[in-house]
Amino acid sequence: MFGYTFQWNQALARLPKMLDGAAVTMEVAVLSMLIGIALAVLLTLLRLSGSRPLKAIATTWVEIARNTPALFQIYMAHFGVASFGIHFSPFTSLLIGITFNNAGYLAENFRGALKAIPDTQTRAGRSLGMSQLQAFRYIILPQMLRIAFLPMTNQMVWAVLMTSLGVTVGMNTDLYGVTQDLNALTFRTFELFAIAAVIFYIITKIITLGARLIASRLFRY
Amino acid sequence: MIEIQNVHKSFGQLEVLKGIDLTVQKGEVVTVIGGSGSGKSTLLTCINGLEPIDKGRILVDGTEVHAKSTNLNKLRQKIGIVFQQWNAFPHLTVLENVTLAPRKVLGMGKAEAEAIAEKQLKHVGLGEKLSTYPTRLSGGQQQRMAIARALAMSPDYMLFDEVTSALDPQLVGEVLETLKMLAEEGMTMICVTHEMAFARDVSDRVAYFHKGIMAEIGVPEQLFNDPQHPETRKFLASVR
Repeated sequence: MFGYTFQWNQALARLPKMLDGAAVTMEVAVLSMLIGIALAVLLTLLRLSGSRPLKAIATTWVEIARNTPALFQIYMAHFGVASFGIHFSPFTSLLIGITFNNAGYLAENFRGALKAIPDTQTRAGRSLGMSQLQAFRYIILPQMLRIAFLPMTNQMVWAVLMTSLGVTVGMNTDLYGVTQDLNALTFRTFELFAIAAVIFYIITKIITLGARLIASRLFRY
Repeated sequence: MIEIQNVHKSFGQLEVLKGIDLTVQKGEVVTVIGGSGSGKSTLLTCINGLEPIDKGRILVDGTEVHAKSTNLNKLRQKIGIVFQQWNAFPHLTVLENVTLAPRKVLGMGKAEAEAIAEKQLKHVGLGEKLSTYPTRLSGGQQQRMAIARALAMSPDYMLFDEVTSALDPQLVGEVLETLKMLAEEGMTMICVTHEMAFARDVSDRVAYFHKGIMAEIGVPEQLFNDPQHPETRKFLASVR
């Protein structure tokens, strides 16, 4: 077809390297989620706080994260801050960019989840002598994470896929970066990227199925 | 002793408490009756400081609830409150619902907190439901769990805010029995209720609230059989 001869063997021979790349992709995605969730909880607390400046900081973060391209966020974390003499490795820049994005989206998810939890839950906690923070930590947060669990799974999938944007800041150790480098060496473009796509697909499938399993174990109520 | 002195409270333009004076002695059971909007529930949430007040003061064992220097978290450990909506924590089992505050607020160890929780849950007839999640319980069972949860903090006072109003009629009895049991054990209680038979049965004194004013207070026999205030007479005639 179109005079193109598929040479799958040549591409498949590079599979181990691509799988190493997949591991780096997972590393970035998992780290960006863990830090992203922690930051999103913090942003949620800031938005709940009575302080105007703190609210403004959180709102600005969420607005930028959700209303600008992820590519821009990663680019800024590398070349943008470099203008001020701050230099991050491609890995760090990618991690910062995706974490920033995750935190913004998750904070918005958490806000929605919070609205679904009645105020009387906090009141019940406070009436037992808990501080505002204790009531949040032990009563509100666990319920919030449950409600937001599905959106969190989606964000995790999105984080994996966003790692492909790392190539724009010179990332070449993740799945997409490795594939791009191998392509430059072998020109087996279709085969290599088809394999990469399959690996991405398998990773995201494992995440969604794994999340379902975790949910069934964790949320027994 | 709970001393309520000339307490005023407004929500916006609406004044719901217009100068309430009431002293509840240790070991006393006072029930508060009255129509909806009479301010009786608001009074309870003011006593444990969940709501600020505009004027007057409330003293619990001599501590002024709304003074700036008062540690409300500490004070609330003495005052248990159970609401109309029982507010079970859905993500925790029945046992965990009851152990949470003793562990996190009082800093109790797991074993000690569980022993206390088990005792309280057995006390209210939920000894078989320890590992059940609240959503699997009936409203009456959830309400009894909420009572056990408050009791696990070993409070000196218990406030009950229409605890049977949201229950199906056939579940009201089991919760009232629990309250009666507590009263007989000598717990100091203020119960806001619509259950007149219960009020007559367990109270040392019954107070009738009308439009933010305590119109009348007296021993049950007097208040129910020989009400002095015209509004009390009207109210009692309407609920009979």
